Amino acid sequence: MRSALVALLVLALLPLALSAMDQGFYVGFASRVLIYAIAATSLNLVLGYGGMVSFGHAAFVGTGAYVSSIALAEGLTSAWVGWPLAVMASALLAWGIGAVSLRTRGVYFIMITLAFAQMMFYLVNSMKAYGGDEGLTLPHRAELGLGLELGNDLVFYYVVLLVLALTLGGLHRLANSRFGRVVAAIRENEPRAEAIGYPVHRFRLACFVIAGAFGGLAGVLLASHGKYVNPGALHWLQSGTLMVMVVLGGVGRLWGGVVGAAALLGLEHLVADYPVGWLVQIAPNYQQHANLGVGVVLLVIVLFAPRGIVGLVTRTRNART
Amino acid sequence: MLELERLSKHFGGVLASDGVTLAVAQGQVHALIGPNGAGKTTLIGQIVGRLKPDAGRIRFLGRDITHLPQHERVHAGLACSHQITSLFASFTVLDSLALAVQARSGSSFSFWRPVGTEMALVDQARGLAHEIGLHERLDTPAAALAHGEQRVLEVGLALATNPKFLLLDEPMAGMGPEEAERLMVLLEGLRARVTMLLVEHDMDAVFRLADRVSVLVGGRIIASGAPHEVRQDPAVTVAYLGDERAAADR
Amino acid sequence: MSLILFAEQALNGLQFGLMLFLLAAGLTLVFGIMDMINLAHGSLYMVGAFMAASLVKTTGSFWLGALLAVPATALLGVLLEVSVLRTLYARDHLSQVLATFALILIINELTRIAWGSDATLAMPASLAGPVELLPGLYYPAYRLLIIGVGAAVALLLFLLVTRTRVGMWVRAGASNREMALAMGVNIKVLFTLVFGVGTALCAVAGALLGPMLAVQVGMGENILILSFVVIVIGGIGSIRGALVGALVVGVADTFGRALLPLLFGLVLPPQFASAAGLALASVMIYLIMALVLFYRPQGLFPARG
Repeated sequence: MRSALVALLVLALLPLALSAMDQGFYVGFASRVLIYAIAATSLNLVLGYGGMVSFGHAAFVGTGAYVSSIALAEGLTSAWVGWPLAVMASALLAWGIGAVSLRTRGVYFIMITLAFAQMMFYLVNSMKAYGGDEGLTLPHRAELGLGLELGNDLVFYYVVLLVLALTLGGLHRLANSRFGRVVAAIRENEPRAEAIGYPVHRFRLACFVIAGAFGGLAGVLLASHGKYVNPGALHWLQSGTLMVMVVLGGVGRLWGGVVGAAALLGLEHLVADYPVGWLVQIAPNYQQHANLGVGVVLLVIVLFAPRGIVGLVTRTRNART
Repeated sequence: MLELERLSKHFGGVLASDGVTLAVAQGQVHALIGPNGAGKTTLIGQIVGRLKPDAGRIRFLGRDITHLPQHERVHAGLACSHQITSLFASFTVLDSLALAVQARSGSSFSFWRPVGTEMALVDQARGLAHEIGLHERLDTPAAALAHGEQRVLEVGLALATNPKFLLLDEPMAGMGPEEAERLMVLLEGLRARVTMLLVEHDMDAVFRLADRVSVLVGGRIIASGAPHEVRQDPAVTVAYLGDERAAADR
Repeated sequence: MSLILFAEQALNGLQFGLMLFLLAAGLTLVFGIMDMINLAHGSLYMVGAFMAASLVKTTGSFWLGALLAVPATALLGVLLEVSVLRTLYARDHLSQVLATFALILIINELTRIAWGSDATLAMPASLAGPVELLPGLYYPAYRLLIIGVGAAVALLLFLLVTRTRVGMWVRAGASNREMALAMGVNIKVLFTLVFGVGTALCAVAGALLGPMLAVQVGMGENILILSFVVIVIGGIGSIRGALVGALVVGVADTFGRALLPLLFGLVLPPQFASAAGLALASVMIYLIMALVLFYRPQGLFPARG
C-alpha cells in the first residue's frame, strides 16, 4: 500500500519536475502513457484476474472513444453527460459480446472476441457521417465545469491521473472482495467453482462487462487527449498492443498494466526519436522497423519470461529475502 | 430424500448408466459399491448435475432436479466430493473453505468490501478447518498439502456449503490407515446432520458406516439392502469374483 | 436484380469462398490437431504472395513463378514450425496468441526489409480478358482459373484426408489427439506435415489472389480474421466444416455487399440506404457467426463430438 502511494505521488509530481527541466511538452506524452495504463489495466482484469483471453478489448476502448466524440460533435459539451454515456455504451457492448462469446471456450473464445472486435471496426469504418476511415477530429475537449479547463494539458494530466488512481484502487478492492475471490477461483478451477455453487457464466460475464466499462473510460480519455478518433482505435492490432502491455508488465499483477504501458510506449518513443549511433551504421533506417524489435522482445518474453517485468522484479526481491 | 428413477446415460457406445433406480432415505448413510468401470462416478456426476442423463429422473426432497443446473443443486442442499481431487491450487486452506462457505451465505456480487473483514465467514471457515482436522494448515496453499490432507480438504469444501445431502466419491482413496480412520470418525460424526451417499472400495469403511448398500455392476444395480445381506448375496460375489477372475486371465 | 448480375455475384461468392477455404483448411487442422492458435497463418499467405511476385519476376512466367512459390513458402513454414512453433504446442493459449502475434510483427518487418512494403504480381496476359460463359454472361477468365484451382485443391484435400492413411491419422488426431498418440501415430512428423500442407495452401491462395488484390504488408491480417470466422462457423478440426463455412462466408459477404444497399433503397431514402446497406454488409458475416454460435457453439461440423 505504501509503495502504491509513493508511486502515485511520484506521478503527481512528475509534471512539475518536467516543467522545471524545461521539458513541459512531455506532459502530453505522460498523459498518453497513463491513459494506455488505464486501458491495459482494464484488460488485465479480464485477462489476468479473470483468466479470459479476450482478443477484442480494443472494441471497448474504441467505443468509448467514439461515443464520447460523437456526443461532443453533436453538441453535448458537458463531460458529465458525454463520458458516462460512452462508458455505458462500452459496458453494453461488452455485455452483448460477452453473452455470446462466453458460451465458448479456449481457442473458440479467442477467435470470437477477435472477430466481434473486428466487426466493430468495420462498422465504425463504414460510418461516413462520423469521418469513416479518416476519423473524427474534435475542436476542443469536453467541459468539466468546476472551474477546471480540460483544454489545459496540465489539468488534463491530473484528471487522467485521478482516473488511473481510482481504477487501480477499484481493482485492488475488487480483487479482495467476494466477487474477486470467485473470479480467481473460476480462473483456477472452473468445474470446482461450479460444484460449490457458483454460477460461473454470470461471474465471468460481470467481470467482462466491468473490464469493458473501464476500457471505455480509457477510450474516452484517449479521444479527448488527441481530440481525434479513428477506426484504427478498434483494430485488432490495437487489442494485440494492449495484450502486449499487460504481459510485458505482468499478467494478474495490480501494476502490470501501468508498468507495461510505460515500458512499451517508452521503448517506442526511445527507438523512434533517439537514433543509436552504431545501429545506424549497420542499418541506416532501423527506426522504421521498430516493430521487428517489439516482436522479438515479445517473443523472447513469452518463451522465457512469461511473468513479465513485475514478475521478474518480485521474484528477484523474494529471492533476495 | 434422494430418488433416482431409471437413470440412463451412454457415452458413444458405452452404456454407463442403465436404468438406475435408487432411493436414499433421510438420515441414512447409503454406500454404493461395485467393480471398477461400473459407472459409479458417472452416476454421481448425474446426481450433482455435472453430467446430463439421457433418460430418467432425479428427485431431491420431492423436487424434480433432473434439469436443474449444478450450481443451483448446491443451493438446494446437495454437495459432492470428487474421486480425483479438485481444489483451488493457490488458495490457502482457510481461503478455500471461506470461498465454499461464501457460496451459500449471501450474494457474491459484492465488489468493495474485503473478504478478510467478514468475520462471520472467516470464523465459520476456521471452525470447519478444526472439524476436518486441518486447523494447523490454515495458511498452506492447497497445492502444498499432502495427498491425505488434500482429500480431507476435498470433503471439507463440500461440507462448507452446509449441505443436507453429501455425495462422497471414494473419499479415502490413497489415504494411509491413520488418515482414513480420522476421516471415518469425521463421517460418523456427520451422520446426525447430513444424509450421505458414499462410493467406496474400502469394505471396512462401508460396513462400519453404511445403513444400506447398493451394488452397481455394468451400469445396473444388481443388489440393494442391509450390509450383511448384500455381503452374502451370491450375485454380488459373482460380480466381484468374476471381475477378479477376468483380471487374472488378462 | 437481373439473372446475369445474380450469376456474376454467385461466381464471385464461389471464388471468394474457395480462396477462404484454402486458408481455413490449414488453420482448422492446426487448431484441431495441435490445439494451437496460430495468428501468423495470415502472414504465411502474405509471404506466399510476395514470394510469387518475386519468382514471377525472376522466371518471367506467371505459371512457373506461382508454382515454385508454393514449395518455397511451405519450406519456410516448416522451418518456422520446427524452430519456434513446436515449443508452443505445450503452452497455454495466451502464450500462443502472444508468440504468434509477435511472429506477425517480425514476419511483416522482415518482409518489408526483404521486398519492400508492396509488390506487383501481374496477371498472366492469357487470362486477362473475359470469357463468355452464357450468352450475355461475361466473366473474367482469371477468376474462373481461381475457381478451378480452388475446387481442384478442395477435391485433392478431400481425397487426401478421406482415402489415405495419412489422412486417417489427421482425422484421428483432430478428433482425439490422445487416442491417436496411443495408437502409435508419430505426432511430431504429423504436426510438421500438417503445418507444411497448411502453409502450402496459404501460398496457393496468396499466389492466386496476388494479381487481383494488392500484394502488400498487412494483407494477411484482414484475411486471417475471415478465416477465423469461417472456422468458428464450420467447426474446429473439420475440413468439411471449413469448406461449408468458407462458402457460406464467401457467398453471404458477396451477396450482402451487392444486395443490401439495394434492399435498403426500397424502404429508405437513397442517402441512408447506401450507408445503412454498407454498414450492415460489413458486419453481416459476423452476425451469421454469432447466430451459429448461439445455437451450436462448437460450429456446424465439429471434429470432436
